[in-house]
Amino acid sequence: MLSRIAESLFWIGRYVERADDTARILDVHTQRLVEDPWIDEQRACANLLALMGAPCPDEEADTERVLSTLAFDRASPSSITGALSAARENARGAREVLSAEIWESLNVTHNALPQQRTMARRYGPHSLFRFVRERSAMVFGLADATMSRDESWLFLILGRSLERVDMTARMLSTRVLAGDAAPSWTLVLRSTGAYEPYLRTYRGAVNSSRAAEFLLLDRLFPRSVFASLEQAEGCLAELERANVREGHRIGVAGEAHRIVGRARTMLEFMQTDEILARLPTRLDELQRTCSAASEAVTERFFTEQAPQVWVPEGVA
Amino acid sequence: MADLFDGYPLGQTWDEMFAGPGRPRPPYTGLFSSLQRMSGEELAARADVLSQTYRDAGVTFAHAGEEQPFPLDIVPRVIGHEEWAVVERGVGQRVRALEAFLADVYGAGQVFADRVVPRSVVTTSAHFHRAAHGLVPPNGVRVHVSGIDLVRDEAGDFRVLEDNLRSPSGVSYVITNRAAMSQVLPELFGDHRVQPVADYPARLLAALKASAPAGVADPTVVLLTPGVYNSAYFEHALLARQMGVELVEGRDLVCSGGQLSMRTTDGQQRVDVIYRRIDDEFLDPVHFRSDSVIGCAGVLNAARAGRVTIANAVGNGVADDKLLYTWVPDLIRYYLGEEPVLQNAETHRLDEPDIVEWVLSSLDQLVLKPVDGSGGKGIVIGPRADERTLEELAVKVRASPRDWIAQKPIGLSTSPTLINGRIAPRHVDLRPFAVNDGDDVWVLPGGLTRVALPEGELVVNSSQGGGSKDTWVITPPRPAAEPAPEHDVTRIEFTTADLPAEPPAQDPGPPNDNAVAQSQQQQQSASVQGPGASSRGPGGSEVLRLTPRKLGASLWTGPTDVDGGGARC
Repeated sequence: MLSRIAESLFWIGRYVERADDTARILDVHTQRLVEDPWIDEQRACANLLALMGAPCPDEEADTERVLSTLAFDRASPSSITGALSAARENARGAREVLSAEIWESLNVTHNALPQQRTMARRYGPHSLFRFVRERSAMVFGLADATMSRDESWLFLILGRSLERVDMTARMLSTRVLAGDAAPSWTLVLRSTGAYEPYLRTYRGAVNSSRAAEFLLLDRLFPRSVFASLEQAEGCLAELERANVREGHRIGVAGEAHRIVGRARTMLEFMQTDEILARLPTRLDELQRTCSAASEAVTERFFTEQAPQVWVPEGVA
Repeated sequence: MADLFDGYPLGQTWDEMFAGPGRPRPPYTGLFSSLQRMSGEELAARADVLSQTYRDAGVTFAHAGEEQPFPLDIVPRVIGHEEWAVVERGVGQRVRALEAFLADVYGAGQVFADRVVPRSVVTTSAHFHRAAHGLVPPNGVRVHVSGIDLVRDEAGDFRVLEDNLRSPSGVSYVITNRAAMSQVLPELFGDHRVQPVADYPARLLAALKASAPAGVADPTVVLLTPGVYNSAYFEHALLARQMGVELVEGRDLVCSGGQLSMRTTDGQQRVDVIYRRIDDEFLDPVHFRSDSVIGCAGVLNAARAGRVTIANAVGNGVADDKLLYTWVPDLIRYYLGEEPVLQNAETHRLDEPDIVEWVLSSLDQLVLKPVDGSGGKGIVIGPRADERTLEELAVKVRASPRDWIAQKPIGLSTSPTLINGRIAPRHVDLRPFAVNDGDDVWVLPGGLTRVALPEGELVVNSSQGGGSKDTWVITPPRPAAEPAPEHDVTRIEFTTADLPAEPPAQDPGPPNDNAVAQSQQQQQSASVQGPGASSRGPGGSEVLRLTPRKLGASLWTGPTDVDGGGARC
């Protein structure tokens, strides 16, 4: 398939997942501000912004700033609105491989954003977050139901898995790094949609090392870092098999596969205590792994031909 | 000023929000000013969103076999922390006294020997079960969960209306009410520091686990429900989900060899604690109603053998009997040596002939309650009853005075409630929930405020057209302790200082996003050629540094290769 199309699919996967995860995180965050009487709003907001990669000085941080940066900023691909618009923009350029239903779903989502924004301003942001969660579920649900499991599917899911690794690692960071302004583990689990699965798995009160373990290492929960890495690895292996004719006898075929696989094996074979003892560093590494893997995927698949750029004479 | 509260009538009874016209009580000042800023239409629109939220979430109460949404009023009830401290103390005290009483009833019976309570009160009670005699629960707790119904009288004091020690329902609405309110009306919370209610399931689970038979390392807890047709099924499902325990029906359980198990895909799995939400009569067909199909045969014998804990214990009904209620203040003095913190409503037992005569002659001024009734069934409010009802009542009371108690009517307090787009006073009560884990009685801060929606109505029961209100308990200025300290095996708290560098920013994505899409448009319309034309400085002297990713999507082609691109991995 065309590299350009593949790249679009990869990024649709990432953007939609990012919007979904951000909505979950913000929903829990705003609810926490209301429900937790002991919260220090300013510090909680500053922490959240910093860990989502949009730091701002402590004294300027408030809910308004969090929402405008992470929910409504149309220009930033880190905000919900920006990510969904970008996903739709990518889909517009890849309409011939996306099923009409997926395109329509993304387009409807994009078109409804201004109205959702007004609603959120009037009735509180919860309705927006819920809308975003439902629409993301719809996009991936339609993809699941209408896409062949060919390369297009693999790129979409690869993007989604890598983004998930990144977002889950960020969410874990909000807990382990924020000290006394941190959300409780219950909230961390809730914002990754893992609360009820966790309770069913451990049948007990939330305990910090078990919660961290669940989000990092659980094999069966689809949003855990491990499960997402494994899925990304599966996609990459499949993509390489389709792309590389002669079998490789040593190692893996692609750089991205190597990066993702190394992160996965680190989680899989390192002792849990060892991981938890240096958790902040591990989480940081995981986030960087995602960026590196994403770059490697880009280099491997999306820049197949030597890119050619016109350079005016005498300037290069 | 034409606001929501214009013409809000203040009657003889205590109003929760107002001390006088336009003068809110101290805990309500913040809420009052937030509400005043809203118009009636806006509040009504929010109320629609609120009820939609409830319909979507399936928060229902099954009444007469039909699932009905449980109405949630949009105006919360606020309780100051000093007031709450009294309720907390009073409820805890009552639960401890009643625990001691139950242990006595199903044990030595000292309370009868000391002539505090006549033995006949217990033996004539329909809820006294001989089968439970001598059955001592593992950690001594019989009342794992209780709901003590309170009302506020004309003077503003909380009084106990009844105790519920069997399986009080309503706690799920406390949790969902808070969640819905904070979603739909976050601004109402404003600067309030409201004590959270969401940790109830965790507390309950901890208490249930603590009550497991001795020697069980990791007890398996299940919640036994009568099934989807039960009026409180929503609550059973919510609690099971939030505790992460199995929600079982009678047919899922099997008891053999004194061991209770549930049927699973992996065969039979041992059950250690059963939090049952079905009545004693249906729990065990071996001992109680033999036609019960929702219970499990043999569970009581298993409990007696010390292999399973039943929560709440069998036979608790003797202590929340409306007749025994009249002795509770005496029980508190007898067992705890303390004076009751919360008073009963003024109540008369119909045990002496002259009291019966007096009650019969003043039926129109009293509230008559059947001793066995629950859910507001059979209550006759004298001042509001017509003559025929009173005549029928007199016949019934004369026939069996033991079945009735007489109370002086209490002018239930009122609370502002949204009715047809206007705020009007409606009567409310309060059911705080207490969880006893054997060491401590914990009272959920808030509890369920039920509101009688028809004007002037005093019966607030949800089966009688009642609604509910989110109940806020204001946090004391200095929190006594951090909320729910976590017991950790490994400490995994760090600070940003533990990080090697600033947290990484999120990947920006390829340039066919909005910003670049614009530049594409410009280029297409103006036929500009060249790399990154739109991003270049006016002099055109600088080549845009392109990372491999950006190159990937670049649409502009030219003859020259550029460094940094093209390198295959």
